[in-house]
Amino acid sequence: MTRRSSAVTALLLTPAGVFFFFLLILPLAVVVVYSFGERAEAGGYAPGFNFGNYLNLPARGKAFFNTLTLAPLGTAVTALFAYPMAYFLAVKVSPKYRVAMLVLVMAPFWTSQLLRYYAWMMILGSKGIPSWLAWLGFNDIQIINTPWAVLIGAIYGFMPLMVPPIYVSLEKLDKRLLEASADLGASPWASFVQVTLPLSLPGVATGSMLVFILLMGDYILPQFLGGGKVFFIGNALVDLFLQSRNWPFGAAVAMALVAIMFVTIFFYMRFVLGKSGTRRVALV
Amino acid sequence: MSLAENVTLRQPVVEFRNVTKRFGEVVAVDRNSLSVESGEFLSILGPSGCGKTTALRMMAGFDQPTSGKVYIRGEDVTGVPAFKRPVNMVFQHYALFPHLSVAGNVSYGLRQRRPKPSPAELQKAVGEALAMVRLEGYENRRSYELSGGQQQRVALARALINRPAVLLLDEPLAALDRKLRREMQIELQNLQRDVGITFLLVTHDQEEALSMSGRVCVMRDGRIVQTGSPRELYDRPVNRYVADFVGKSNFFAGPRPDTVVSIRPELVEIAANETALPTGLVVTLSVKVLNRIFLGEHTEYRVAHEKMGEFMVLSPRKSERGSGIFEIGDTAAAGWRPEAALVLAAN
Repeated sequence: MTRRSSAVTALLLTPAGVFFFFLLILPLAVVVVYSFGERAEAGGYAPGFNFGNYLNLPARGKAFFNTLTLAPLGTAVTALFAYPMAYFLAVKVSPKYRVAMLVLVMAPFWTSQLLRYYAWMMILGSKGIPSWLAWLGFNDIQIINTPWAVLIGAIYGFMPLMVPPIYVSLEKLDKRLLEASADLGASPWASFVQVTLPLSLPGVATGSMLVFILLMGDYILPQFLGGGKVFFIGNALVDLFLQSRNWPFGAAVAMALVAIMFVTIFFYMRFVLGKSGTRRVALV
Repeated sequence: MSLAENVTLRQPVVEFRNVTKRFGEVVAVDRNSLSVESGEFLSILGPSGCGKTTALRMMAGFDQPTSGKVYIRGEDVTGVPAFKRPVNMVFQHYALFPHLSVAGNVSYGLRQRRPKPSPAELQKAVGEALAMVRLEGYENRRSYELSGGQQQRVALARALINRPAVLLLDEPLAALDRKLRREMQIELQNLQRDVGITFLLVTHDQEEALSMSGRVCVMRDGRIVQTGSPRELYDRPVNRYVADFVGKSNFFAGPRPDTVVSIRPELVEIAANETALPTGLVVTLSVKVLNRIFLGEHTEYRVAHEKMGEFMVLSPRKSERGSGIFEIGDTAAAGWRPEAALVLAAN
C-alpha cells in the first residue's frame, strides 16, 4: 500500500474511529470501572474495587431468566414467521409489486413504537382478544402481562427487521441452482431443503442477530406487554439506575448482559456460517 | 454388430414431434421435429435467439412445449417436470452448488434416489466420476476454489454420474478461454466415446459444433434449417443461411432471383496469370487484390472482379511456392472447378 492510500484510509476511518472511541469504548470503560465500585450513600457511584456486584447478580436472576428465554425464543419464532413471508416476497410475488409489498412490511416500523405497543395493550388486554374468547366460552384467559404477550409483541415488533435480510438472501439466490437441483432429480421440496434453505441461512443469521441483540436489550416491550410481571434485564437496569440508584450493581448487570450477548453471538455465527458454507457473510 | 442389432439399438433417445414453444407473441421454437439417436453426439447450432436453448430446456423439462410432443426413450414425457426426467444438463455457467463440496455436488443426483445409496456406494461412485473427468482427489474442494476448467469438469461429473439417457450441454465451453476451450473440445469428444452416453450440445460456435459432433442441426428463427454430418452441412448446405453460418463462403447472384451461387474461398484457385492456374477450371477471372490477411497455413485474399464484385480467396501456403505472395494492388487470375459452385436457395 502506498503512503498516499494509507493516508486516505486513515482519513476515511477517522470519523468511525472517533465515534466508536468516544461513544462506545469510553462509556463501556466507565461501566466496567463502575461495576467494581460501591453504591454511594445517597446513591450513585463510590470508588472501590471488589467483585461484590458480580457475586450479587443472582439477585436479578428472574430478569436474566426472562431475557435469556424470551429473547432467543422470540428471535426463533420471528424467524419462523418471517421466512415464509420473505420467501413469498422474493420468489412468488411478481417483481412489479415487490417493492410495494416490502414497503408494507416495513410500514409499521415507521410509526411510533409506543403507539404500537399501546395498541397491542388494548388488543391483548381484557377488553381485547380475551373478551372475544370469553364470548366463545373460554373464560378467564389472561394474555397481557404474560410471557405470551411479550412473545407476540416481539414477533410483531421485530418482523420488519427480520424480513429484509432473509428477503435479500432469497432474492439474490441464483435460480439456475434450483434448475440444476431439479435437473439432478430433486423435487421442489427437496430442492428447497437442500439448496434454498442452506443458501438463505446467512440472511436468517443476519436477521436473527439484529432481532436478538435488540430483544436482549429491550425495555419498552416487556414494560408495556409484560406489565412489570415479565421483566427483562433492560427493566432491571432502569430500576437499578433510576429507582434504587445502585449504579455499580447496575453496571455489573449491564456488563453481564454484554458478556452474554458476545458469547451467544460468537457461537451462533460460527454455527450458522459453518452450516451455510459461505465464505464471508456480513454480520449485520 | 449385425445390421439388425444396429437397427434396434438405434431407437431415438430424445424425440421432438412438431414441438412449438411460444412466449407470449414470440415463437421461440416453431414446429420442430428432431430425433436424437442413441450414443450420438448431436449439436444444435444457431445464433443467439434462434430457439436452441429453449429446445434444450424443453428436453430437460424446465420449459414445456406450447404444442407438440417430447419423447424420451420412446416414452411421452410432455408435461413431465425436470426432476422426473432421466436426462441431465451441464449448465452454461455450471451452476455448481456453492454450499457443497465437490463430492457433495457430484453425488447430488445419486442422493436424490430412493432408496438412498449408502455412503460407501456414494464415495465409490463419486471417485469414479471424478476419475472420469481427471479430477481424482478433489472431493473435498469447494467450487470457488476451482478454476473455470475444473468447475466445468465437476459439472460434467455431476451430470454423468447419473448415467442419463442424454447429456444436455448448454454452451458448456463459452465461459472458457480459447486454449482451454480447444482442450475441452477434445476431452468432451473422448469422454463421449468412452462413456457411450448420448451428448446433445447447444452452441452458437460453428467451429465447436463441427469439430465435436457427429451430427449438427442448424436452427434459425425457431426452425430447424438442416440436420446432417458436419461434412454434409459444409459441402451440401441447403441454403445460403447454412452455407454462411457453417464456414465462410462467397455468394454471387444465382441463375434465378431467389437463388445464390456459393463458392467456398478455399475452392478458389489464385495464380499470377491464367496460364499458371491449374487445369480444369470452368471460370477464370482476372482480379485485383484488395486486401491480404496472413493466417499461418493460409493466406486470405480479398479480391475484386469488375463484373462479379469482391470475393474471398483462401490460398494454402503450399501454392504460394509456385505463384508467390500477392501484394495489395496486384493483378492476378482466379478460378474454380465446376463442382465448387453450388446453387442454393437465397434464404
